[in-house]
Amino acid sequence: MAMQGTQRSAGVVSLAGRRDRRDGGWLARMSRPGEERFDPQRVGTALGWFSVGLGLAELLAPVPLLRAIGLKGRSPSPLVTRMAGVRELGAGVGILTEPRPARWMWSRVFGDVMDLALLGAGFAARRANRKRLAVATAAVVGVTALDALCAQRLTAMTRVSAGSPDARSVRARKRITLDRPADALYRFWRDFTNHPKFMERVETVQVTGERRSHWRARGPAGTTVEWDSEVTEERPNELIAWRTLPGASIEHTGSVRFEPAPGGRGTVVTVEMQYSPPGGAITAAAAKMLGYAPEQQLQEDLRRFKQLMETGEVVVSEAGTQGGAR
Amino acid sequence: MKATCWMDKGDVRVQDVPEPKILNDRDAIVKITTTAICGSDLHLYNGFVPTMKSGDILGHEFMGEVMETGRGVKNLKTGDRVVVPFPIACGACAQCRRGLHSTCENTNPNAWMAEKLWGYSPAGIFGYSHMLGGYPGGQAEYARVPFADVGPLKIPAGISDEKALFLSDIYPTGYMGADMCNIQRGDTIAVWGAGPVGQFAMKSAQLLGAERVIAIDRFPYRLRMAHERIGVETLNYDEVDIYDALRDLTGGRGPDACIDAVGLESHVSGPLFAYDRVKQAIGLESDRPYALRQAIMACRSGGIVSVIGVYGGFVDKFPMGAIVNRSLTLKSGQCHVQRYMKPLLERIEKGEIDPSFVISHRLPLDEAPRGYEMFLNKEDDCLKVVLKP
Repeated sequence: MAMQGTQRSAGVVSLAGRRDRRDGGWLARMSRPGEERFDPQRVGTALGWFSVGLGLAELLAPVPLLRAIGLKGRSPSPLVTRMAGVRELGAGVGILTEPRPARWMWSRVFGDVMDLALLGAGFAARRANRKRLAVATAAVVGVTALDALCAQRLTAMTRVSAGSPDARSVRARKRITLDRPADALYRFWRDFTNHPKFMERVETVQVTGERRSHWRARGPAGTTVEWDSEVTEERPNELIAWRTLPGASIEHTGSVRFEPAPGGRGTVVTVEMQYSPPGGAITAAAAKMLGYAPEQQLQEDLRRFKQLMETGEVVVSEAGTQGGAR
Repeated sequence: MKATCWMDKGDVRVQDVPEPKILNDRDAIVKITTTAICGSDLHLYNGFVPTMKSGDILGHEFMGEVMETGRGVKNLKTGDRVVVPFPIACGACAQCRRGLHSTCENTNPNAWMAEKLWGYSPAGIFGYSHMLGGYPGGQAEYARVPFADVGPLKIPAGISDEKALFLSDIYPTGYMGADMCNIQRGDTIAVWGAGPVGQFAMKSAQLLGAERVIAIDRFPYRLRMAHERIGVETLNYDEVDIYDALRDLTGGRGPDACIDAVGLESHVSGPLFAYDRVKQAIGLESDRPYALRQAIMACRSGGIVSVIGVYGGFVDKFPMGAIVNRSLTLKSGQCHVQRYMKPLLERIEKGEIDPSFVISHRLPLDEAPRGYEMFLNKEDDCLKVVLKP
């Protein structure tokens, strides 16, 4: 079920997904046997409609609404209630119409907290009906929990729909154009022992079979990482795809494509990588903060690949080798 | 070896540093015989170029003798006299093959820094910040020259250092400024800035067939030199309104092309200077573009504005409306020195030009700091300082 996030943005599949979402009530579908019980998209849609309804009520009939939840008089004022209504409507419309509802769902969570604060203030008001107020507060607490859970799930799914096979992985894609024919580039790339020449962190590569190789690289904070890699697809002068074998310290899949640039202007090289760092997205975020951005690393490696293929050497300045231009 | 090092804004020192080594097959080590301080070095001196680090070796105009070559350098041998172009170019990428060497795709190891500021990275440059490669410069006794099989030009024995040195930057830069003007018979060309680059642009405009060349500056000695040595008309912007004067001089139409040989630290009389200087100081704009604004406003409709002065970042109050509504063409670029060196050397050999006319001061390398001060403050009618290691 989590895969639905991936499918939402992808043409035909997404249509099927939407149709699937429309038939039947969300409550019924939530507990359908054989499926995961909690589908954040369906719950999200329901919460979106709930927002619209509550927002309209707050906007059009603030006084009866306040009375219903046990608040009479001036705290909070009908104006504040109307403003909360505008907020609710915004969140509802956002959730129902935006392709990525996660952030709107988070705005609901934010709104819930505001509502709880207002309700809390209501307890202090002299004319409040405390029994009704307690019921209302309990209801909002429940909704808040549901909102938060749903927002969290939707956020995770947004990451998935960015193109990774699962929510824990990190994706990088870079392209570069080289003034060299595809066959030369393909040959050089396919001989994996060449990779330490342009991949900054890769130290050694041993070819262990026709499609297999063993890689050793520098990891974050002085660590060494090793893995075995297997070519999963190869089309001479066009494409090489690979994946790590079980037991890799950094699991990943990757592919490189070689395509002629328009007008005979060399070859466009596209590399796509998907990493599953140990510890998942949190490790990935931490690594990024420490400067290990896979996209940047890939970009720099591709620049060196271009230098090597076009000029025969990797360009260096003294600043790069000695840490100061001297 | 001794080298001129940027220590901080306004602080340049000659220090003892390790000698350069061959790092790649296509490198050469050059023993520098003559080098110079460029107007663009003053932008570094004044702290307008980001990513400078204390201890960086300055200098991108240098020539000398080949001491050592890497295995990949077949066209040079020890003892050859060469001039080294300031942009480092690989000669193999698409940009180099188009003759756009200063935008070589391969020679900036810190390309990501330049991409942050400019979108894509140009070539690496000797001694010109880490954003442009972090290569040690040539105001030193020795320099490592990457892609020595592409850049350095051998100089025949009959041509002196002083005649050949400026092929490294300012002569081709001035020439490219004029070349971009697509000069036709009868054209009037106005040049902002009568410094060395501006004077080479004026001379080149004449060589390319301009009918009239008008120099604009505020230093009487520079205007006098340009008038006496090149034979151009002059305007002092401290004395006349440049727009009115150019309009009058060109019969109410404007110069056919305008060359900005000033760049990001231009000056202007009056309150506008304070306005831009304050914005620059607090970081709201990085470059002061008066000369450029004037050049655009003054140019004939349908004319060309050619920018060879150095700009680093962002300018303010840019008269885009004049460009669009009056069909102006804006051309610019760091000079593609590799493309111009050979034909310009031929002009020197034929005696059409002797680039040493811009030299006003000759100092030993040890006195580089004094050279920077003199050049900056226009002391003693300083126009161009040449250093001898």
